[in-house]
Amino acid sequence: MKTRSLTLRRNTNRLVSLISASAALFGIAMLTWILGTVIVKGIEAINWDFFTELPAPPGMEGGGLANAMVGTLGITAMAVLLGVPVGLAAGVWLAEFGQQSKRAEAIRFACNLLMGTPSIIIGVFVYILLVLTTGHFSGFSGSVALAVIMLPVVARTTEDMLILVPGALREAALALGVPRWKTTLDIVFRAARTGLLTGILLAIARVGGETAPLLFTALNSPYWPESPGEPTANLTVTIFNYAMSPYDDWQTLAWGASLLITVSILGTTVISRGILWHRSKS
Amino acid sequence: MIQTSALSRSQTDLPPTTITTAIPATTSTTAKTARPGEIKIAARGLDFFYGEQQALYSNDLEIAANKVTAIIGPSGCGKSTHLRTYNRIFELYRGQTVRGEVLLDGRNIFDADCDQLELRRRIGMIFQKPTPFPMSVFDNVAYGLKQHYHIGRSELAEKVEMGLRQAALWDEVKDKLHKPGTALSGGQQQRLCIARAIAVEPEVLLMDEPTSAIDPVATARIEELVSDLKERYTIVIVTHNMQQAARISDFTAFFYQGRIVEFGRTGKIFTNPDNKQTEDYITGRFG
Repeated sequence: MKTRSLTLRRNTNRLVSLISASAALFGIAMLTWILGTVIVKGIEAINWDFFTELPAPPGMEGGGLANAMVGTLGITAMAVLLGVPVGLAAGVWLAEFGQQSKRAEAIRFACNLLMGTPSIIIGVFVYILLVLTTGHFSGFSGSVALAVIMLPVVARTTEDMLILVPGALREAALALGVPRWKTTLDIVFRAARTGLLTGILLAIARVGGETAPLLFTALNSPYWPESPGEPTANLTVTIFNYAMSPYDDWQTLAWGASLLITVSILGTTVISRGILWHRSKS
Repeated sequence: MIQTSALSRSQTDLPPTTITTAIPATTSTTAKTARPGEIKIAARGLDFFYGEQQALYSNDLEIAANKVTAIIGPSGCGKSTHLRTYNRIFELYRGQTVRGEVLLDGRNIFDADCDQLELRRRIGMIFQKPTPFPMSVFDNVAYGLKQHYHIGRSELAEKVEMGLRQAALWDEVKDKLHKPGTALSGGQQQRLCIARAIAVEPEVLLMDEPTSAIDPVATARIEELVSDLKERYTIVIVTHNMQQAARISDFTAFFYQGRIVEFGRTGKIFTNPDNKQTEDYITGRFG
């Protein structure tokens, strides 16, 4: 038996390490580049007016995106109200009642499919469902589209978090003569609360940057949002419109909006990861 | 029913009083609570299945009121499975089914008119690992109380204190009632679970290896506690620890491969068992 060359093995090791390190570096470089550009270009747009004013018509100086910020907040908040309870309920059913049954497996599969569905498809779906039937674009239909995107994310993370709660804790509550539904709400939810919160935050971060579904539903508006029944200004569609426009100040606003949305989503993600990290430490 | 209640004397070896006061399997709705020494729980021809797999084979066992009955046997012999039928906790899981009867004060707990929640108030359970709820020490004990009773604030505080005192935990936690239950030590957590279980005024306590996750000193405290608690409660304890069974129980049932091989007074089981398998297990030849 001949020994394999040690030099060759050492060099192979070096080569593989080098390849994986440069792959990682490439990814990080791209992220830094994108973030850097967004920050450098976006920071120019950030001033008091940016947060307080309506957009100015092309050619006019100043103007801000206050209406789009309010609109995005409103649409997202309504999406949370619609999507999170349904997602939580679905997750509870999967973890607590459906378990390994055929029906639960089917719903899990459907959730995975829905998570993989391009958001533009969901936008078109809600367009046909709500916009065509009511005859106009609306902030509400935008919320519905985002809620549909959130639903499977919340359902699956809820399920994952509830499964982590030890079975003994459920048994302990049931053995005390507590009904099943109360055990779930009082004990299991409480034990999993940080995980559930994280799941919801991640779902919000997931839909926060969505543009395609809003193009077909909430559309956009140069005015303050007044009711959920009308086209509603929002940051992402504003970025889409302004970035494509020929006007320099609109493009600057688009950079500003990009920075704002990037920071918000990054913030949400960091907070939710922080909660998880904090929990795993304690 | 005559067949089932007339368990062979050599197998049950209960004191004469328990045999003669054996409650008929079918009773009127006015079943009364068993007095000390009488039969509190009786398993009759109990079979248990995990899906297709049979885990218990026609178990007959009589649990005397206000006594400690220990269930011993090697791993996987069905000790816990048997215990978990008494409060129907196994019903949480798909595919776990039971055949036969478990009589509590003479009434079959598997009957349709037996209320599961009331059954579980009357029969409390302590688990292998301490299971404090994710709430304060006080709320841990108060939670079960509030489920079963309309109770005012001051009376609630009184009952919580009483539960904690009975579980010999009060002095250690009276200054940290509003700290999370999970912040206590393992042994304290287990006594908190006992306090929680006895606060709802049960009649029976089922203990499923309650000291196997706890250090020796805390174990000694819990064993002491068990001896005190039998004044008020009927106790069934599953244990891997034969010295523990010998120390704290009045009666012992030896399980092997889903069957009850021998049941009798603890003194007799440990010194002069009738059955060869029991003797082999107790002397450490297997298991």
